[in-house]
Order: sequence, then structure tokens, then C-alpha cells
Amino acid sequence: MTAPRLDVDGLLSDPSIRIVVCCGAGGVGKTTTAAALGLRAAEVHGRRTVVLTIDPARRLAQSMGLTELDNTPRHVKGIDTERTGGELHAMMLDMKRTFDEVVEQHTTPKRAAEIFANPFYQAMSSTFAGTQEYMAMEKLGQLRAGDQWDLIVVDTPPSRSALDFLDAPARLSRFLDGRMLRMLLAPARTGGRSVFSLVTASFGLFSKTVQKVLGAQLLTDLSGFVAALDSMFGGFRQRADQTYRILQDPQTAFLLVAAPERDAIREAAYFAERLVAERMPLAGLVLNRMHPIEPAGLSAADSEAAADRLDETGDQQVTADVLRIHAALLRQAEREAGVATGFTGAFPSVPTTSVAAQPADVHDVDGLRTIGALLA
Amino acid sequence: MPVRLTRARNVGRMGEHRNWPERLHVVTGKGGTGKSTVAAALALGLAAGGRRTLLVEVEGRQGIAQLFGLEPLPYAERRVAQTTGGGEVRALAVDPEEALLEYLDMFYKLGAAGRALRKVGAIDFATTIAPGLRDVLLTGKVKEATTRSRDGSRVYDAVVLDAPPTGRVGRFLNVTEETARLVKVGPIKTQSEGVASLLRSPMTAVHVVTLLEEMPVQETLDAIAELTALHIPVGRVVVNGARPPLLAGGKVTKAEIKRGLTAAGLPAATATVSRLTTEAQAHLTRRELEESLRLELAELDRPMVELPLLPDGVDRAALGELAALLMRA
Repeated sequence: MTAPRLDVDGLLSDPSIRIVVCCGAGGVGKTTTAAALGLRAAEVHGRRTVVLTIDPARRLAQSMGLTELDNTPRHVKGIDTERTGGELHAMMLDMKRTFDEVVEQHTTPKRAAEIFANPFYQAMSSTFAGTQEYMAMEKLGQLRAGDQWDLIVVDTPPSRSALDFLDAPARLSRFLDGRMLRMLLAPARTGGRSVFSLVTASFGLFSKTVQKVLGAQLLTDLSGFVAALDSMFGGFRQRADQTYRILQDPQTAFLLVAAPERDAIREAAYFAERLVAERMPLAGLVLNRMHPIEPAGLSAADSEAAADRLDETGDQQVTADVLRIHAALLRQAEREAGVATGFTGAFPSVPTTSVAAQPADVHDVDGLRTIGALLA
Repeated sequence: MPVRLTRARNVGRMGEHRNWPERLHVVTGKGGTGKSTVAAALALGLAAGGRRTLLVEVEGRQGIAQLFGLEPLPYAERRVAQTTGGGEVRALAVDPEEALLEYLDMFYKLGAAGRALRKVGAIDFATTIAPGLRDVLLTGKVKEATTRSRDGSRVYDAVVLDAPPTGRVGRFLNVTEETARLVKVGPIKTQSEGVASLLRSPMTAVHVVTLLEEMPVQETLDAIAELTALHIPVGRVVVNGARPPLLAGGKVTKAEIKRGLTAAGLPAATATVSRLTTEAQAHLTRRELEESLRLELAELDRPMVELPLLPDGVDRAALGELAALLMRA
């Protein structure tokens, strides 16, 4: 089964493509792939590019000149864009600051101050399951709306599930529309003091339980928080929906990133199904860390048998080891190809590119350039 | 390894394993390092010789079921493997919603009111708005299983928790901090304090799984620093996927490979020799990097265990092999 080859250069040079989203399981090289794509878009295709990373490894971040999490795109210097006139900028997402900015934008300074002081806001803005994903999408929306970039490359958060960032806006909407929230808001809207003063009798048992379990202070904080947020809900929702629509637009290209491991491939396949179901433009699959089968005229079995023979004679240890390395590589390549078939078999029309495993980790511009060339 | 030998060497009094004396083993690691595999192998190893362990997952990934080749696990403790001497591994996939209902029911005898909570979306709401509460529920369930006894003796000799990855594990385990900000009084506060004191006691050890690759090692160092600052006891550093020490001399030449191939009775075509040389050089580069990472880990001064790369992937037999290696370490 051979999938069509993913034309990465075609994608990066296409002026109608404005957003590339890299998604996949944790630990498959998403951030490196995003950085390598950004560098290539700037150096080879002359595009004014920004890479939005979520949580890059320290040395990779340093290689792009990012020393702090400051939520602003920084110009990456020391790359070769003289010929093409491209530019590369990079930024690290600051989840809390992005959330604060959203709040400030949608409410009065007085209300904003109240919200920032509320312990629930503090918990939600730094740990809400999905806040990071939601804020990544919010930041993407901001970068796109500014319209100063030819291409935005996004590295999605290292979620529990790679799908979280797609679900985040919907989850937030569901949360904001929830019955629970409306019940909590009821007294605030009517100016009542007690949180549950206006709810029905059948709710009494529930409210008593909640009071008992959580304590009255918590309920006061909670109702203060939801009341304060209430004024901004419309704005929140609108933004989330807008970003969602941009993601569905043909100006966006989703790239699934995977390593040839069962879990990562399973995640990629699941993600591909979701993208298709949500009508998101899936451009292709990047298989990182592949060991290409490069026959040296020696099969794995022959190499191992020969290594065993050499062990017996005892004076050719180096060659015996070299043969074992060769055999292990062949077996690994075979296994990886088998694992990859799990995806290409299920999605035969999804274009694929693979990147050979590098002997050393990538943490400088030269390394990123090499990966970019291997991708293309 | 024969069972009797294992018992004689490693088991002190019943319920305590000499090499792994803690009762709650929390296993973390960067995504892709094989922490779920290590957690499963540890639960298997600790169950050898007629003991009973519980393997818990909390992220809804159904990783345990996949490892043991089973259907997705319900929110119930089910046997997933049997070991020597009548030992067994049970597994539990903790679901925060179910845990909350169970918890409320245990303390408040909620019954129908509990179902009503679910109906109005209160549980979804509670776990969304205060993720710290969610973690208290998950770790609370783990604590309950760890300390559960029946007829005066512990139900589980050991509990192994397949925890969230290194990037989130500090926050996950630091439950009091998270909930104290929100909950000033009441049973949730009591609950989170109970969990916090178990996690900071000698009954607990957090083991960090890594590969000899730069990012996992960096995250291991960061996680250990974070856990240490939180006063949560760090156990072993588990180096997973270690390669056999080939080419110990660190040097290889084409002439030597050519001689060796001839000695082995193989054709020594130029293309073959150069391909093998390239592969050997890449191996040496990789190994040099691995060696420096191993040194970085050694500087942590924590007990280290190395588990070999399993060329054919992980099945039940492979889990058994890893379990035996862990128990010897």
C-alpha cells in the first residue's frame, strides 16, 4: 500500500494557504516539525511566517531565539532569507496572559479587575482542562485577524488527547450554555443575595448538598465569578465560532504528525476521522523518525547468523556488532512500515511524507533546515 | 526466574517488597516514553508470588486494556492478569464523574439526588470549573484503594498509578495547593489533605520513565526538581528502550568490516560495506549522545533501572520479562 506523497513544498509555497496546523500525540516531534516547516517557508519560499509554539523544548526554543514565554512573536535572526526575502517569527503561548487579554478586551476595567481577583478565575485561567487548547485557538484567531502574516504555523498543545484543541471551543460553549451555570446565574441576574434563593424547591436538596460539600464561601466565589463572566459570554462564543470556521476554511491545512508507534498511529487515525467528520481540511500525514529500509544486500536473518558465526571465531567482534546493528535496523524498519500501514490502509488517499530518524536530537537552525529538507 | 527464589530474595514480610517497599507507586514520564508499559510491568512484578496489586489509570485513555489486549475497562476493579503463586493484577480506569458520585454516595448517601446532580450537569460543571477538584477525586480514589483493608489486612499489597505525563504530574499530585485556593472548609478539603499526606509519606514513590533522548531526559530532570520542591518522594528513574551496548570500542573502519564479512563467508561488496559503515557511524553518534544523557541522569543520584528496547513491541510475555527485570533491580 503506497499513499500519495505529501507535497510539502507545494503546500508551503501556495499563497492561498495561510495556516498550517500540526497535530498529533505527545512525543512525536510536533514542535520540531512546526519549526522546520516555518523555517522552510521563510527561507525557501520567501513567506512572512510566524510559528506559534505551545511548550517547546528549551534548546529548540533557544535555537529560534525564544528565551522567554512572552506571548509576542519574535523575529528569528541568523537564518538565510536573503535570496527569497522571507521572514521567520516565533512565539510561545502564554496561556494565562492570553486569557487575561481576552477578558480585558470584552469587559470594563472594573469588571476585569473583579474577575482577575476571583479564585475561580485564577484556577480556570491556569488549569482549566482545555484552557491551553482554547487559548491556542484564541491566539491563532488573533494572529490571523491581524493579517500581517503570509503563513501561520501552529503547534498544538501536548494534550491528553490530540483532539482537545478542536473540542475546546465547543466545550466552553457547552459550559457557558449549561443549565448549571444558568441556575447559578439566576440570583445574580435578579440581584438576589443567596445563590440558590430563586431556584425551585426540587433544587433545594441539591443546593443543600452543594453547600454541605463545598461550603458557602466557595459558592459565593463561584457565583461572583459566573456573574462577572456573564457579560463577556457573547464575545467569547463569537470568537470561538469564528476560529472554528477559519479552521474549516481551505486557507487552513492540517498536518497529522506521528511517529511509527502503535499509539501514535492510532491517535493519528482517530484524528483523521475527526477532521473528516468536522470538515476540516486534512492535508496529509508526516511520519517522523522512520528508519528507511535501505538494503545493503544482507537480510536481517543472514546478518544475525553471520554475527553468531563471528562470535564463535571471536576475533571479528566489530563486524559482528555492525551486523547486529544492521539486522536490528532492518527489523525496526520492517516493523515501522507495518505500523504505518495501519494508517495508510485506513486512509489510502491521505498524502504522506516521512522523515528519517536523526542520529542526534534537533536543537539548532541547521537541524531544523535538515528536517525541512527531509519533509519536502 | 523461579518463584521460590523471588520470594526468598525479595519479599520481606508479606505485603512489602524489599526492592520496591512502597505501597503506592506513581509512574510518570514524557509522552511516548512507555510509562503505561512500565506501570503495567511494575504491577505484574509486584503481584508475583501470590500477591495482589491494583493498576490504575486516570486519563481515560484505556491504555491498560490495550496493553493486556482486553475490551475497554469499566469503572470497576477487574482482574487483568494472573501471576505465580496465585497472585493477580487488577485494573481500574478511574472516571472522575463516577468517582464523584461514588464519593458523594459514600459520605452523604445521596441516591437519587446523586443522579439529579448528573442530570443538571453539576458534575460536568464541577470538574470543568475547578480542575483541581477533578484531580482530588481521581487521587482520592487512588488513596482509597491504597489504604483499603478488609478483615484487618490490606486488600492490595501495592497500587500502581499510571499517572499523567511529566508536564502535568506536579500539578496533578499537588492537590491541596489547588483545592485550598477554592475550598476553605468541608469534606473536599479533608479529602484533599488526606491525599496530600499519603503522597508525601514514605508509603509513596513517584517513578519517572524516560528514554535516552534529550527531551524526555530534560523533562525527567524538571519533573524531579518539581516533585522534590513539593516534598513528594521520588523513587526510581526508569530508562526505557535501552539499546544493547554494541561497538563498545567506539571505532569502526571499512577495512575491518570488509575483513569481517569475508571471515563470515559473506560477500563484501563495496555498497554493502559503505552501507554498514554509515549505519555503524550513526549508531556511534547516537550512543555518544545516550551516554552523555545517562550521565546527566546519574547526577540526580537516584536509583536507576534500565529496561531494554523490545524489538517486537509489547505483548503479555514481554510485560512479564520487563516485570522480572524491574523486580531484580
